[in-house]
Amino acid sequence: MSGAVLQVEGLGKAFREYRMEWQRMLGWFGSQQKPKSESWVLRNIGFKVSAGESVGIVGQNGAGKSTLLKLVTGTLRPTEGSIRVAGRIAAILELGMGFNPDLTGRQNARYTAGLMGMSPDQIDAVIPAVEEFAEIGAYFDEPIRTYSSGMQMRVAFSVVTAVRPEILIVDEALSVGDAYFSHKSIARIRQFREEGTTLLFVSHDAGAIQSLCDRAILLDRGRLLMDGAPHGVMDYYNALIAERENATVEVHDLGAGAMQTISGTREAVVESISLFNGKGEPVEFVNVGDAVEMRIRAAIHGDIPRLVLGYMIKDHLGQAVFGTNTYHTRQMLEHLRDGQIVEYRIAFPMNFGPGSYSISTALCSSDTHLVNNYEWRDLALVFTVANQNRDFFVGNAWVPPRIEVLQR
Amino acid sequence: MKLMLIAIWHYRHFILTSIRNDLRTRFARSRLGAIWGILQPLAQSAIYAIVMGRVLGSRLPNTTNKYAYVIYLLAGLAGWTLFAEMITRCQTIFVDNGSLLKKVVFPRICLPLIVSGSSLQNNLFLLATTLAIFIIVGNYPTWTWLWLPVLVIVTLTFGLALGLVLGVLNVFVRDVAQVMNVVMQLWFWLTPIVYPVNTLSGHFELVLRLNPMYAIASSYQQVFVWGHVPHLESLAVIFVASLLVLAAGMSLFRRASPDMVDVL
Repeated sequence: MSGAVLQVEGLGKAFREYRMEWQRMLGWFGSQQKPKSESWVLRNIGFKVSAGESVGIVGQNGAGKSTLLKLVTGTLRPTEGSIRVAGRIAAILELGMGFNPDLTGRQNARYTAGLMGMSPDQIDAVIPAVEEFAEIGAYFDEPIRTYSSGMQMRVAFSVVTAVRPEILIVDEALSVGDAYFSHKSIARIRQFREEGTTLLFVSHDAGAIQSLCDRAILLDRGRLLMDGAPHGVMDYYNALIAERENATVEVHDLGAGAMQTISGTREAVVESISLFNGKGEPVEFVNVGDAVEMRIRAAIHGDIPRLVLGYMIKDHLGQAVFGTNTYHTRQMLEHLRDGQIVEYRIAFPMNFGPGSYSISTALCSSDTHLVNNYEWRDLALVFTVANQNRDFFVGNAWVPPRIEVLQR
Repeated sequence: MKLMLIAIWHYRHFILTSIRNDLRTRFARSRLGAIWGILQPLAQSAIYAIVMGRVLGSRLPNTTNKYAYVIYLLAGLAGWTLFAEMITRCQTIFVDNGSLLKKVVFPRICLPLIVSGSSLQNNLFLLATTLAIFIIVGNYPTWTWLWLPVLVIVTLTFGLALGLVLGVLNVFVRDVAQVMNVVMQLWFWLTPIVYPVNTLSGHFELVLRLNPMYAIASSYQQVFVWGHVPHLESLAVIFVASLLVLAAGMSLFRRASPDMVDVL
């Protein structure tokens, strides 16, 4: 890792409105006028990104994610603060690249490459690769207006990433288009990352953030709320969404960069949670495929109309492996009284691959934690799955096969 | 300023490609494609020739060719069309390219240059057609026709200078383009293109003298109708004034640049 390729300090962006536009114009010539209204979309943003690092930017709509990316890209100018960038930036902001509908994919690709500052020789050199990567066949020589949005996206992505940039900025764009191309583009991004490209990535997709990024930044109403490991930030972000409906959010530092987030009204709380093996002994290490039972004790503080317990088992990257709740299993409880205790016994076979897993729990009144969230607890339990006596395999899931080999 | 020139040099191929693309798009959209760029002013002059020539019986002094009025019209329109195209395209240039400006970082100064190149390209087609018509109706080339490139450069510079200022202002006050549509119509009729200048009575003289397009249009007419040398002095004044306005426009553009994407 060399020094920072991107350094953002005290960054702020305000959109100003004036009663009369000529007041804005006077401002260009040094006579600063007082704007009618000033809305700060971003304020006091500061972070550093080193070469080869990939950073996910998360936040709700209107948190300022896209504005931040536009500022880093350079299409918007900061109102205050500074952005220092070392190296060439390639950016895919929103859908489309301002393609001309009447020109063919090839002509638009050449145009966009020129727009990015490539010389005719460079363009001639990259266009075959663009055509090959986009994989749209004969459509490449048809006018863009005959394209689907997914096909436009294919061409746009292929052109922008034709030459490996020092910094790649991707704004949600990957969610458009088909699964095949999305995998293909993520593979290209990963390859760039290995070759040293820094990635700035905005997405609502927790999975994409956790699998692509080694760091995440949480923006909320224009402020930088959290900057840390992706799963911690995503957990906090999820809690934040729930909190908008409900009560408080607590974050516990569990050491080693792990953050536990607990949120909710606390009308129902998980008092204890543990895992037991077939002999009824508590365990933290489980052999692949063994039967286990998870016991969760919930205490009720206050009269609540309905109680649903949900749990989610996540891998070490924070990606969901399995989750369900008692709404889906039709085991909701109704009219619970203050002081009651509910015990859940959840038996399942540990059909997971070796590795470390965590369980998040949610107590709420329906199948989503966004309404009446009593308690949401991340990292409620952490356990490790080890392969003690099964044939070697890789992956998250244990799907024991029966393989027949027929030699003729 | 120096940085701007370096950026323009670096993007020269892009600018040329864009000008070519402009032509391609015109062909792609309609069957006759770019020919409409020529047909429109020609149809316009045909209408004026019929209305003014037959109905109003306009006569041009000191001419022998019976098509003199048509030549007069076409000469004036050749200049006016270039100017009008520059103004109408420049004034909406940043608004029209808003989505591009929001997504891609590139020297924005390329845009007015692309419009200039593309308008010039269209004008060359029109000029070629106009000159061909002149020869067909018996108005043969004279040495004064060699002044044409000078006229084109002055007209283009004047249009670019004014258009750039309007283009920047229109980003912030969208009424500019609307008002200009009306102003351009009025301006057209205040410039002796359709009618000979001697039909105007005395108190219009001041208007004419303040109207740069009068000097430009009458230079085209001097060259093509009467085979005279154009009003070099007025042209020089207009050219220098245009360069000053252009410099002011560039400065305005540079200062407005940071705010531009905010309001697009």
